[in-house]
Amino acid sequence: MNPARNLKRSNETVQASVNLAPVQEMIRSCIQCGTCTGSCPNEFAMDHTPRQLWRMVLMGLKDEIFQSKTFALCSACYCCTLRCPRGLPLTEAMEALKQIAARENLKQYKHSVQFYKTFIQSVRRHGRVNEMEFMTLYFAALKNPLTPLRFAPLGIKLLSKGKVSMLPSIMRKRPLESIFRNVAALEERL
Amino acid sequence: MKYHYYPGCSLEGTALEYNLSTQAVMKSVGAEILEIEDWTCCGASAADSISTLLSLVLPARNIAIAEKTDDVTDILVPCSACYLNLKKVEEKTRREPEILEKVNSILNEDHLKISSRIHVRHLLDVIVNDFGPETIRHNLKRAFTGFRIAPYYGCQCLRPYVVFDDPEVPRSMEPLIEAAGAEVHPWNMGAKCCGASHMNTKMEVGVKLVAAILQAAKGADAIVTVCPMCQMNLEAYQKKICRHQNQDLRMTVLYLPQFIGLALDLPPENLRIDLNLSITNGFRQKLKQIKDSRDATLNYSRTEMHKNQQINY
Repeated sequence: MNPARNLKRSNETVQASVNLAPVQEMIRSCIQCGTCTGSCPNEFAMDHTPRQLWRMVLMGLKDEIFQSKTFALCSACYCCTLRCPRGLPLTEAMEALKQIAARENLKQYKHSVQFYKTFIQSVRRHGRVNEMEFMTLYFAALKNPLTPLRFAPLGIKLLSKGKVSMLPSIMRKRPLESIFRNVAALEERL
Repeated sequence: MKYHYYPGCSLEGTALEYNLSTQAVMKSVGAEILEIEDWTCCGASAADSISTLLSLVLPARNIAIAEKTDDVTDILVPCSACYLNLKKVEEKTRREPEILEKVNSILNEDHLKISSRIHVRHLLDVIVNDFGPETIRHNLKRAFTGFRIAPYYGCQCLRPYVVFDDPEVPRSMEPLIEAAGAEVHPWNMGAKCCGASHMNTKMEVGVKLVAAILQAAKGADAIVTVCPMCQMNLEAYQKKICRHQNQDLRMTVLYLPQFIGLALDLPPENLRIDLNLSITNGFRQKLKQIKDSRDATLNYSRTEMHKNQQINY
């Protein structure tokens, strides 16, 4: 077995209220051929292969799915979606699992959730993302003083070239506020 | 040719040189680009991971603003991630009327509306199909003779929507590279994933993907990209990757319009090669040589011309 598969898993259990049905619907006709696994550039780092994950989804193994790092390692390259002989929207199914993890605030998925959430916060505030503000908020949210150090050399390089600014670009105040509000309201009703 | 222009957030910041060089190249081939007024973020890969509806409405807002201008039907998008987000709205609203309705119900409060009339087009698609290698050949000022260029396409301009190239074995950049006088570096990494945001959230995985790409690019003078995320991943972590792999994998990485702009001899302030993070000394030297040799040819032909004129007189 690939030693990379021996990843540390969390013992977190998922709320019974988590609804896998929409994801199951997306991949209902999976024939377990493994083309997705063979196409995946990140498979080497996964604890379960994409093919195994789809089986787990169909079997409703919630805890196992969300203890695994597999869906978080999808980089949306769309190779599996392109090649799936059943034409299943596999990248979208991965995204659906990421959305559940984000909603449930799962520990295992903390880094990615913080990354996406702070990104969206920055967008909601300014309409466009300010890369400097976003990375600062992201590091603050992770509460790990060592993480920013990995990016410090790059940050300094980008600042010195004037490619990131400390100030967000000036725009109309919160141009996306009504969109964010209406999307939230509509999803609440669903 | 007129295009709406959606630069996207990266092109205002870390990919400023992609923005400037795109505009310069488009202008030099006679295209007119109209930046979408008051454009906003397309949601990047973040909105998708939070809410599907949000991931459609954010790009749709920009399409709706573009639709207000009647006579222009194409939106030019240089960033592959923005391109896919906008393209997704075009494809989904055209196929599924209930999605169109839902999106419009949200845009309505801002007095905006989409009608799936607009075509979302990637910069590479526009350069290849609306202008083509002939335009480059025709305007060529500095031939990249003796250069080997590795075309890197990445993922999201090719997949999942198959629009202008083979999504498994893309080749659309090759005639452009050849038109600029360079040779195409033979490799099969052009459509492989760079890891996207893994570099930020799961660096050890991202590093492996990028290392494999840089490894395969060995022997080329430069990699040419069409996406700010690919560009950043390929150029920004080279030192770390060299250390990690214990070998020299340094490689010049340019945006496609920077490369074309150099071949057309556009002003340096419009190409901003100084903003790239991994231009090697070897590449700079070689670039200077072709420039010098062109100066020499120009001088030579001028003296020749002068001589001929003297003879004629």
